[in-house]
Amino acid sequence: MVDTAHVPAQAPIAAASVLHRLMRRKLALFGLAIIAVVVGGAIFAPWIVRYAPNEQLFEGLTLQGAPMPPGGEFLMGTDLLGRDLFSRMLYGARTSLIIGVVANGAALTIGTLVGITAGFMRGWVGAILMRFTDLMMAFPALLLAICLAAIFQPSLWIVAMVIALVNWVQTARVVYTETTSLAEREFIAAERTLGASNTRILLRHILPHLVPTLIVWGTLGISVTVLLEATLSFLGVGVQPPTPSWGNIIFENQTYFQAAPWLVFIPGAAILLLALAFNLVGDALRDVLDPTQRGRD
Amino acid sequence: MAGYLFRRILQAALILLGVSFITFVLLYVLPADPVRQIAGRSATQQTVENIRQQLGLDQPLLVQYGRYLAGLVQGDLGRSYLQRTEVSTLIASRLPASLLLMAGGILCELLIGLTLGVIAALYRGRPLDQGLMVTSFVAVSAPQFVVGLLLLYVFAVQLGWFPIGGYGTLSHLVLPAVTLGIMGSGWYSRMMRSSMIEVLRQDYIRTARAKGLTRGRILFRHALPNAILPIIAMIGIDIGIFMGGIVVVESVFGWPGIGQLAWQAIQRVDIPIIMGVTMVSAGFIVLGNLLADIVTPFIDPRIKMR
Amino acid sequence: MKKLLCSSALMLAFALPVAAQEYTPDPNATPGGMITITYKDDVATLDPAIGYDWQNWSMIKSLFDGLMDYVPGTTELRPGLAESYEVSEDGTVFTFTLRQGVTFHNGREMTAEDVKYSLDRVTLPETQSPGAGFFASIQGFDEISSGEADTLSGVEVVDPQTIRITLSRPDATFLHVMALNFASVVPQEAVEEAGADFGKSPVGTGAFKLADWVIGQRLVFEKNEDYWREGVPYLDGINFEVGQEPVVALLRLQQGEVDVPGDGIPPAKFQEVMNDPDQAARVVEGGQLHTGYITLNVNIEPFDQLAVREAVNMAINKDRIIQVINGRAVPANQPLPPSMPGYTEGFDGFAYDPEGAKGKLAEAGLEDGFTTQLYVMNTDPNPRIAQAIQQDLRAIGVDVEIRSLAQANVIEAGGAGEAPMIWSGGMAWIADFPDPSNFYGPILGCAGTGDGGWNWSKFCDESIDAMATEADSFTDPSAPERLELWSEVYQRVMAEAPWVPVFNEQRYTMKSERMGGDDALYVDPVSIPVNYDYVYVTE
Repeated sequence: MVDTAHVPAQAPIAAASVLHRLMRRKLALFGLAIIAVVVGGAIFAPWIVRYAPNEQLFEGLTLQGAPMPPGGEFLMGTDLLGRDLFSRMLYGARTSLIIGVVANGAALTIGTLVGITAGFMRGWVGAILMRFTDLMMAFPALLLAICLAAIFQPSLWIVAMVIALVNWVQTARVVYTETTSLAEREFIAAERTLGASNTRILLRHILPHLVPTLIVWGTLGISVTVLLEATLSFLGVGVQPPTPSWGNIIFENQTYFQAAPWLVFIPGAAILLLALAFNLVGDALRDVLDPTQRGRD
Repeated sequence: MAGYLFRRILQAALILLGVSFITFVLLYVLPADPVRQIAGRSATQQTVENIRQQLGLDQPLLVQYGRYLAGLVQGDLGRSYLQRTEVSTLIASRLPASLLLMAGGILCELLIGLTLGVIAALYRGRPLDQGLMVTSFVAVSAPQFVVGLLLLYVFAVQLGWFPIGGYGTLSHLVLPAVTLGIMGSGWYSRMMRSSMIEVLRQDYIRTARAKGLTRGRILFRHALPNAILPIIAMIGIDIGIFMGGIVVVESVFGWPGIGQLAWQAIQRVDIPIIMGVTMVSAGFIVLGNLLADIVTPFIDPRIKMR
Repeated sequence: MKKLLCSSALMLAFALPVAAQEYTPDPNATPGGMITITYKDDVATLDPAIGYDWQNWSMIKSLFDGLMDYVPGTTELRPGLAESYEVSEDGTVFTFTLRQGVTFHNGREMTAEDVKYSLDRVTLPETQSPGAGFFASIQGFDEISSGEADTLSGVEVVDPQTIRITLSRPDATFLHVMALNFASVVPQEAVEEAGADFGKSPVGTGAFKLADWVIGQRLVFEKNEDYWREGVPYLDGINFEVGQEPVVALLRLQQGEVDVPGDGIPPAKFQEVMNDPDQAARVVEGGQLHTGYITLNVNIEPFDQLAVREAVNMAINKDRIIQVINGRAVPANQPLPPSMPGYTEGFDGFAYDPEGAKGKLAEAGLEDGFTTQLYVMNTDPNPRIAQAIQQDLRAIGVDVEIRSLAQANVIEAGGAGEAPMIWSGGMAWIADFPDPSNFYGPILGCAGTGDGGWNWSKFCDESIDAMATEADSFTDPSAPERLELWSEVYQRVMAEAPWVPVFNEQRYTMKSERMGGDDALYVDPVSIPVNYDYVYVTE
């Protein structure tokens, strides 16, 4: 990804003012609204939907066995097995969100650990870690993800881990750059002469400065993981059926995209909106948390 | 300069070595037994053992890896388990199609991205700018397979302006290239916009205006060239991202490239092909990064060569 | 639907006269023209010793010939490169007299030496042929297989026109094996010249020769002017275009650019096509020697109990599953497909009876149901079928967890005996040749239960095995007593219910307006999708 989010070291900004500044941006509000709708839908799904997501209904198919279009009985129509698409979409939101958060969280954690260690320890430990990061960057990410998912029997958690393994690299690089520049600052040297241990320096001085960067990357990262999960499911190596995921709904029904386009374009639009929402919010966060970028608007 | 170059190339080679080892180990530990696939369902136990021995699959991991490496440096990528053809032949026959697709993708993302970025910069702050920026966000957030299916459905099936997938003429290339390039165009339009705004603020632009040059001349002869420079270096990175994207795009449009080859090979656990395509992809990624690294110092002397 | 012949009365135990050519050529056939066939996947190989997928099978058949052949559009054997043959009294020695004047595509005349070379080649370990096992009944097979010998002692060149094959035991399927692609005759010099790339530059005696192959894009066959069968092939050549999605291929067919979509009619377009009388008229429906089934692993609880297996059989709503695949199949109640000789007409099998199924479970002490896993291949429509099965079993209280994996992973799990249930879709057994024994050995017999074997239900009943061996020691593959015996074998298998036979897929081949030839050629049970040698264009 381009547009490295370089957030210079500064005192951590008060959360309240961040939120305030965020709310003033229309696009960010739009993004937050979408996220709220999706999260709400996912959490309250059992109370909202009329049919269970995996229930193959007899009345869900036409007499010839074709899926039903949106409208009437079924808000979003039915799929090829006669299941209510609306219900599957809401439960699918759970899958996308869970994987998005878990995979991204894992990627963030791994990336931060690697980046901090490399940036703080320097020397040959740092060099090895960063070369290893370069190595992982050389892998064609999607190919690797497909391979791993196809090799190991995919489940929700395996998919999340695979995505995390493929995505931690960006975070690592950014964190490394941040940490090295931070570690060189005078106040760190001052702390050392005062006898502060490494752990203390890490926890009390470096980590807090990384928080803005991590927030921005964390948010933007969810967009990437949502897309990656959808792509893996589209290729048939995502979450196991009958668990719905927006990507695997498209996968199961793609051959019918002319006869039943709603089965492809409704989940497709949903994936787009969710990824867009996180992108908008993440971008706005970056503007808010990084003063040097502000002038560019 | 020469030292820098040498070090980068050495690094690249080591990285490729690392990629080959990790991939090899991953494929080695997979639960599926390729020999059973090759031997087919009517094979006797004896035949299965024969084949295993012939392919050297009964050797320990490091021995197998060593043999693979020995072949690799000579350009021998082994033979496909299921097709018995040389992997290098298979890849060589499909690579041109993928390269064509990537070139088309790069062209699309630059054309769309740069143009929109310039326009947004010129109309900065106004509704058009806002609209274009939102569009760029949408472009970045759209899953490629949905975009592909959508373009196929609207422009090929319904309107009939383009052929429905396949390979051969320029019109076959349009839809897949656009699909591949849309995501990148989102990034480039925003980068171009930022870069352009930065450039337009510079003193030499003000001087040019003061001298009375026309807007067009300023734009094309002074602003654009300077704005594009930082972006050019990014193109190398794109190659890496495309390597993943072609798997999906080639699948949706039936484009006979290495993405399709990789996808089929993964389905059938045809390990030599998977290794081969991974190595070739990694090679391109490393090459792209190398080019970006080499070009950047020339473009921006402020960046030191570390 | 055309009913295919279930038995042939023509096979005799002694010399077969040349005059008995059962196939009458089509009087309307006109020579000339090129047709276009499309496929999604690239062709793997055209080496007859190696090619073993449904896509290259008929292509190889058109490029090569073996000693035996089939009457076009049927499952009847007829002589191929062998003009006639004699069988000894005990059924172990076959003496084939070869035709004169048959030439390879490179111009050289074929002799008995070539036959011996070809059979040696396919059984030699270095060739790594998946079909080597079919020749196990030939004397000397074990030695060549283990590397002790480099030639089959049972294959003897008597003179350039005569070859004698001695079997180590009577084998009723031997003549069918001689008609398999694996037994095709190849010229030694061409094989040695091409080395491992013979699959990309094949040379045989067939009706067509390979004119061009652009990997990933197309192959071109052209007519073999010197083909030894008079009058065929009718076509001047065939264009195979690969990398074409089935939906795209069908659209192109509708626009007249493609003659036959090799991957068939995609499900999404099926309704549309069949509802249009014009198009429906050009669709030929036929049976396949295929059965889709669920394997139940008798070594994993609770499938070790017969009552449980019977319950599963009764719980599956086969009609609904067929609906999932657009109705393009007929429900199955036994392992053999209807067009296979030995099929038991009027067999009852297990009717759909969820209440009865629950009763069976109670009998086994499992009224509260149980949990298990169903393995399935992850390409559409198999996950959907698996989900339909899952729903059916939930109705009787069985909780099924689906494992949707790449084909190789499912095969591995099945072979290792780890999978309690496997839906065979995508990996289902399609007969190698039209004989009932082909559905038994590797997938239901004791021999296939070893680690990595294809008998995924690990079912082994010695007495049924013995009956199967007895059935195979007849000389005449279509002797009525033999078919009776096989029918009984499968009935006894069904009584033990290690499988749930679900459906037999029908084949639908759609052709363009200008394609001519008997319908049976378009659903030829042996040449899929079409019998290239005998079709023609009418324009």
